[in-house]
Amino acid sequence: MKMAKRLLALTFALLFLAVGFAGCKKNDTADQLVIGGTGPLTGEASTYGTSVKRGAQIAIDEINEAGGINGIKLKFIFEDDEADGTKAKAAFEKLMDNGMQIFMGTVTSGAGVALNDAIKNEGLLHVTPSASQIEAIISPNSFRICFNDVDQGKAMAEYIYEKLGFTKAAILYNQDDSYSSGLYEAFKARWNELGGTISADTSFPKSATDFNAQLTKIAGSDAEFLFMPIYAEKAAQIVIAANSKNINLPVIGCDGLDGILNYLQGDNAKLVEGLIYYTPFIASDPSENVKTFVAKYKDKYNIEPDQFAADAYDAIYVIKAAIEKAGLTVEDTKLTAKALGEKLVPVMTQIEVDGLTGKMTFSESGEPTKSAKVAEIKDGKYVAKE
Amino acid sequence: MQQLVMTLIDGINLGSVYALVALGYTMVYGIAKMLNFAHGDIIMVGAYTIVVFISRLAISVPLAMFLCVAFCAGLGFVVEKLAYKPLRHATPLSVLITAIGVSYLLQNLALLFFGTNRQFIVKFINVGSFDLFGVSVSGISVIIWVTTIVIMLGLYIFIKKTLLGRAMLAVSEDKGTAQLMGINVNRTISITFIIGSALAGIASILYSAKYLNVDPYTGSLFGIKAFAAAVFGGIGSIPGAMIGGLMIGLIEALTASYLPFNLNAASDGFAFVILIIMLVLKPTGLLGKNYTEKV
Repeated sequence: MKMAKRLLALTFALLFLAVGFAGCKKNDTADQLVIGGTGPLTGEASTYGTSVKRGAQIAIDEINEAGGINGIKLKFIFEDDEADGTKAKAAFEKLMDNGMQIFMGTVTSGAGVALNDAIKNEGLLHVTPSASQIEAIISPNSFRICFNDVDQGKAMAEYIYEKLGFTKAAILYNQDDSYSSGLYEAFKARWNELGGTISADTSFPKSATDFNAQLTKIAGSDAEFLFMPIYAEKAAQIVIAANSKNINLPVIGCDGLDGILNYLQGDNAKLVEGLIYYTPFIASDPSENVKTFVAKYKDKYNIEPDQFAADAYDAIYVIKAAIEKAGLTVEDTKLTAKALGEKLVPVMTQIEVDGLTGKMTFSESGEPTKSAKVAEIKDGKYVAKE
Repeated sequence: MQQLVMTLIDGINLGSVYALVALGYTMVYGIAKMLNFAHGDIIMVGAYTIVVFISRLAISVPLAMFLCVAFCAGLGFVVEKLAYKPLRHATPLSVLITAIGVSYLLQNLALLFFGTNRQFIVKFINVGSFDLFGVSVSGISVIIWVTTIVIMLGLYIFIKKTLLGRAMLAVSEDKGTAQLMGINVNRTISITFIIGSALAGIASILYSAKYLNVDPYTGSLFGIKAFAAAVFGGIGSIPGAMIGGLMIGLIEALTASYLPFNLNAASDGFAFVILIIMLVLKPTGLLGKNYTEKV
């Protein structure tokens, strides 16, 4: 009996404590807008999530140090989703519970597609820095900073055919990944239209660790280059395997290859010398805003920013532009995510932001209009390709 | 033709890594009569020691290799002492479950210390490549072939010719009688584990040199394939592990290259289908019946 009483007392004590903490949480968001984000901080896509979190944090700090937007301070909360749909859903719920009012995520497409329904239901403003699959922004309140897969795949096919003059392709893509297969389909369709041929059409499953069978097929073909629309971690494994088979084809990819040097250090970095990829941002860009950002980023995190960091930085400034355009005041920070969404979503098509990834505007469907660059790895650095 | 040669070489490369791992499986099974499911994970731990010693601490390569093998052997000793020795007289099922537990424990420790991120290793064995029937073969692959064959022969001779080896053979045949003959059964089994783990250490060096990367699940995937290879060749048989490893590697490479497009992802499954057919026809595996060759 005594035991039961003690237990009861303990339960109540804990309950009060919990209520107390919940109360605290509400208080410290006064006069603040809460921007939430999800992305992979662990797992094979972790470099992207980490970059996004860091890039966004720099933008948030800049805005807050400058006194906020019309007096509104921004608060940034970020959850790990391991680039996985199920985990992204849980992370999104957690962010909503913690008072998220604007969503700046997801980093990867697969996770983004899994959140479509939730984002539509919550009705909040959604800006993804880097989820490039077409379906990642089908909700009417969704926008993206990066290019979509179809445009990227097409642009890369045209660049390779017209600028590099290659006509025979070898392709290696991840058949279990929607980002990779989306790019593959778009590239292939445009490539065939242009009159290019595909000498080796290979793929690998998500769990693959050995790529020799695919590489043997590629080595035995008359391909002039290897197109790999995949993420950097797998690409790093593949270039190591290709090197041990003496395959020296030029490697060309899309924005997923950005950051590949994080995996390949020392002698390994030589394996990707000359690698070409499609990107909206190159850290060695001489323009003033890029220089300032790169310096700040390097100073804070001791590493060069990639396009994901830049996409996220721009995403925060796009949100800022929308808040300014909608004329929000400190009073509006008390609004729910949905009410804010109703004010912010309609002005998204009216803003123009001159960001790190170029000057951009947004269409009704949420797609950005901006110009792209092609980058190349030279002497272990990412540089703009002529 | 060139394509076929290349595919066959791929298969042999992959197969010799499997064979190397399968040798460890089969030796421990042959003598201690237990499936050490943590064997693959010891290889994973070994690869992480390479990451630490070579990529992070940059100590000399031969020393790092020696430390890697020593660390794996030590880990095998500790695991055996803490997890398997207390279960010497328990049912085989309890031991099996314990082994699976150890496997998960090692994976999670790797997760704890290194995270889920794949770790890449700086190239540390620099050997050129050469031509074989007009196909370029990397030097590392040749080192793996040679090491696997040397280890197989070495193990075979060790078990047949040395006193300790024959003690192991005796323990595998009849623990009770072996004890009566003055063999320290407990110690013999412990030594078997240490040797098995040292083999895992060697396998981890070769794995790291070939693939130059490792993640916490590396061992479990290779472990399962190598286990299948050991069963294919007849578990307990040392030449069987070698043949089984090569067969699984070749089946995988051939199916991945010659199955029609989009089916090549199923090459993993295909190796297991052939394993099942094999076991239906010959339940003891390829060389399983040959009791004289059993260690």
